[in-house]
Amino acid sequence: MISDQFPALIIVFPLIIAFWINIVGWWWKRPCFYMSMLALSVSFISSLGMLNTVISKGTIHYRLGGWEPPWGIEYVVDHLNALILIIVSFVGLVVGIYSKKSIEKEISESKIPQFYSIYTLLVMGLLGMTVTGDAFNLYVLLEIASLAGYALIALGEDGAPLASFNYVIMGTIGACFYLLGVGYLYIVTGSLNMADLSQLLPNLYHSKVVLVAFAFLMVGVAIKMAFFPLHIWLPDAYTHAPSSVSAFVAATMTKVGAYVMIRVMFTIFKPYFSIEMLPATTILCWIAVAAMIYGCILAIAQNDIKRMLCYIIIAEVGYIVMGISVGNRMGFTGAVLHIMNDAFMMACLFLAVGAVYYKTGARTISGYKALFKKMPLTSGSFAIGALSVIGIPPTCGFFSKWYLVLGAINAQQWAFAVALLVSSLLSAVVFFRILQNMFFSPNENPPIPPLEKGGEGGFEKQGKGIFPHEAPASMLIPIFITVAGILLLGVYSGQIISTIIQFTVPEGF
Amino acid sequence: MEIIYSSRPALAILVSLIGAFLILLTGERSRNLREFWTIAAAVLKFSIVVSMVPYILDGKIIEYTVLSISPGLLIQFRVDALGIIFGLTASFLWIVTSFYSIGYVRSLKEHAQTRYFICFAIALSATMGVAFSANMFTTFLFYEIITVCTFPLVAHKETPEAIRGARKYLTYLLGTSIAFQLLAVFMTYHVAGTLDFQYEGLLGGARGSVSDTLLTVMFLLYMAGITKAAMMPLHGWLPAAMVAPTPVSALLHAVAVVKTGVFVVVKVVLHIFGINLLTQLGLGTVLAYFASFTIIVASVIALTQDNLKLRLAYSTVSQLSYVILGVALLTPSAITGSIMHITIHAFGKITLFFTAGAIYVATHKTKISELDGIGRQMPFTMGAFTLGALSMIGIPPLGGFISKWYLALGAIEANQFPIILVLATSTILNACYFLPIIYTAFFKEPSLDHHHNPGPKSKIQEAPALMVVPLVLTAIGAIILFFAPTFFLDMTRIALHSVIGGGN
Amino acid sequence: MIEYIIAKYNYWVYIVLMMIGFYAMIGKRNLVKKLLGMNIFQWAIILYYVSTASKKGGATIPIVMGAHGHYEPAQAIQYLNPLPHCLMLTAIVVGVSTTGVALALIIMIHRRYKTLEEDEILESLEAFKK
Repeated sequence: MISDQFPALIIVFPLIIAFWINIVGWWWKRPCFYMSMLALSVSFISSLGMLNTVISKGTIHYRLGGWEPPWGIEYVVDHLNALILIIVSFVGLVVGIYSKKSIEKEISESKIPQFYSIYTLLVMGLLGMTVTGDAFNLYVLLEIASLAGYALIALGEDGAPLASFNYVIMGTIGACFYLLGVGYLYIVTGSLNMADLSQLLPNLYHSKVVLVAFAFLMVGVAIKMAFFPLHIWLPDAYTHAPSSVSAFVAATMTKVGAYVMIRVMFTIFKPYFSIEMLPATTILCWIAVAAMIYGCILAIAQNDIKRMLCYIIIAEVGYIVMGISVGNRMGFTGAVLHIMNDAFMMACLFLAVGAVYYKTGARTISGYKALFKKMPLTSGSFAIGALSVIGIPPTCGFFSKWYLVLGAINAQQWAFAVALLVSSLLSAVVFFRILQNMFFSPNENPPIPPLEKGGEGGFEKQGKGIFPHEAPASMLIPIFITVAGILLLGVYSGQIISTIIQFTVPEGF
Repeated sequence: MEIIYSSRPALAILVSLIGAFLILLTGERSRNLREFWTIAAAVLKFSIVVSMVPYILDGKIIEYTVLSISPGLLIQFRVDALGIIFGLTASFLWIVTSFYSIGYVRSLKEHAQTRYFICFAIALSATMGVAFSANMFTTFLFYEIITVCTFPLVAHKETPEAIRGARKYLTYLLGTSIAFQLLAVFMTYHVAGTLDFQYEGLLGGARGSVSDTLLTVMFLLYMAGITKAAMMPLHGWLPAAMVAPTPVSALLHAVAVVKTGVFVVVKVVLHIFGINLLTQLGLGTVLAYFASFTIIVASVIALTQDNLKLRLAYSTVSQLSYVILGVALLTPSAITGSIMHITIHAFGKITLFFTAGAIYVATHKTKISELDGIGRQMPFTMGAFTLGALSMIGIPPLGGFISKWYLALGAIEANQFPIILVLATSTILNACYFLPIIYTAFFKEPSLDHHHNPGPKSKIQEAPALMVVPLVLTAIGAIILFFAPTFFLDMTRIALHSVIGGGN
Repeated sequence: MIEYIIAKYNYWVYIVLMMIGFYAMIGKRNLVKKLLGMNIFQWAIILYYVSTASKKGGATIPIVMGAHGHYEPAQAIQYLNPLPHCLMLTAIVVGVSTTGVALALIIMIHRRYKTLEEDEILESLEAFKK
């Protein structure tokens, strides 16, 4: 049965296709996009299939190459990573469709096949990090994803190569710390399999080596997920990257980092080690509070909208970490829900910003003046994404914040609940400044800039369709999909929690 | 109590959402078709709400669950007597306001009319959502939607002043609801495990298991968080929102938005905390004094305003606190009075705002000092204004008398004689700020040097019929409410019966 | 104390190397120096992994000795642990590709700004913005 091979297919198929895109791209550039989308569709369908299997039959254990687990590499899919896999592959697919037009404009034509090749690799790397049940394999896939990320970010505007180089340095430090942590665990247990490690480690919890390993793993992951104060690489890198790349990495990379953090804290180590034996969770919570407030305040200070969104990501990572580390069912549910919702929110916002950049070249708050008159659909989508980040019902952002705050309250940590609400208010300030500029133009109606000439499709020709100034349909539809996601995930969050997320909560919560 | 499961409450909400969508699709291409959608949605909505009335009069309850987010957290509608009174008022007045709006925006050739009608329709959907919601969660959801979708209406003129006003509006409403109300909702959920409105009070049995301090803090957070009720000192947004076009001020800031605020206060007092708990904690009295303070101070401020709409706004601030005062007294008559006042004040105040808009459209005057002799020029408008003002003051052949009567009765029942004094003072103050306008309009000579209207003084120059007819209708409504209050009294009795248990 | 250091000298070497690399990555302003620091950092970790696999007392690579009919049972004590070596093969590949990407970036940066000093690049970026 092909469905038994889904855990391998999700990785292997994009890997092979990424290689072939590169080769085919030397002679023929047109099919590269379609090949990449084919690979990502296969990954998406396989992850749907796996979720289905997980819901009906429970956790999937897949032995790569048929080797028995402690020696061979094992892929494990449970409710948590089935969900993350779907998010990553879906966002990858949607952003991929969007990038067709967007990339044609932002990077030179000769690099397009390589772009799709590396993009497929990036998605594949993130999927691999999520699907694997082996701590060292995770490192390798983490590096594949990161390397692909460095390359894609460097394709961006002026300043991108330097931002990318700094990201290489920081990213390598993070990955090396993770590798060291895994090495320490290997010395004391002789195993690299996560499930195996969690069996072997409890007897060794008092060993200093294990403590050091835990610290190294957490710091490494924190760098990769841009957790305050190790976030410094993120704003530069994500701001200068091409629009579609920022949309994808903003939506998924930090989220997969958060997923790895959950795995380290609650799968490799048992919850009672992370929560009761160490003060790790309390410290993490307070840093998360700092991240929420810091991210939002710096976002207020920005004029470049993309950079502003980058600081919002830092705050959102703070939310997720807080949910993970308050250490109860509500908070954890909120964190997982927020990983999912935030992926859609960030994708929506970055895609909308990219579409505006595509049509007008504007990226500052003042550049968004009266945008609603020109691009009503894009600005509407941006507004919905923004409302979701603020947490206005019925968008999905409200529901995850709901659980996060309840988690904080259940843990009797009123300070965290208040901090979360304060940060919501700050993000309201951030976004309403833009929305106001977008929807109302006091006293002036700037002339609508002339439309771009050219473009293959009929969408860019003046006067065609109801919305002549909007981005092409292949960019608009992905934006609408994310908007629909924001609304539907909010409305159906109850079902999602009862069918998937409630099973992700670690034992002992 | 018998429960009927029906999707009608959801339909009542959906109908104007669909209307909003159709308005968007039609856009500027065919204004008549677009306006037709507004009217159709309004009429349909009202008829759906009316169709639920017989069940409620039979003492039944209509329930409909949309979604279950998690155990104890539902998006659910439950139509009871209290909700239907509010729903009827808002949906009826939307029909009237729709006609009036059309007259207003067309006479003034307003820009962005499509956006205006869309936001209006969504705001009404959300108002119905609040009126019919079965739990605090659903209420909060729609409460926030109202805030967000009325923001473009307040900023409609897009002048720097309008945007400043809108920003203040948003800061107050969104800020306090996230910072205080949401926190209070969280605490309620934490304490009770559910957010369902219960007739004896959701937290009725919580005393003992939770400290009184926590309950008091929660109550204060609720009261600070429901800024839409415009209780002092958090009333600042309402005068600021007067930059909005007049139909917006009329429907939203006399009916939908502010009444949502006081309605939620009533819900929180009766169905979340419950009369018994609040009596035990003594919080009702505290709230009553806060409300009394607002009533008096807002009336005094209203006296000093020369801008007609601002004077009406401060009058609204003061009148809203009547409703809060009524429930805060926690006696049957007072609660009857306050529930009646939601409807009665709506009719009176919307008439007054309509007249302010009609005066603006016909003469471009906004200040009271400019209104000399305008009654001769606009007899119907100013006649309606007189009726509305008399209803506000509470003079017998008008609805306002009834609610004040019950409030006063309630104050006596509660042995709160200072409150009666407050009611009397406020009536005098109301008279002080309304009667001079009527006097100016009818008995003063029009100033001659006025350049807007150089024609002969005796000539009648009314606003368009689309505006005058609605405002006359609402004024007549204010009279009808005095002569035929039985329906509302019955409804109120049913609402009270469920809250108090014994009936009166 | 001395014995303690000598007994675990492989760890000390790797820690010292790692700190040198870390200093270069954080402290130096020249991009090539940063890259070199990164390489030292990575190789330190590889050294550490490989050294954990070694055993005292003449252990050797795991090859089955004495084949052709004369078969000895494998003794774990005689063999080095092969797994860290395998892992490090992968890590070396990763390290080399990271270096490759970083070098490509350095070339791009040099083409664009004609310098590899971070301060000067930032200056020219600022100038570009104005």
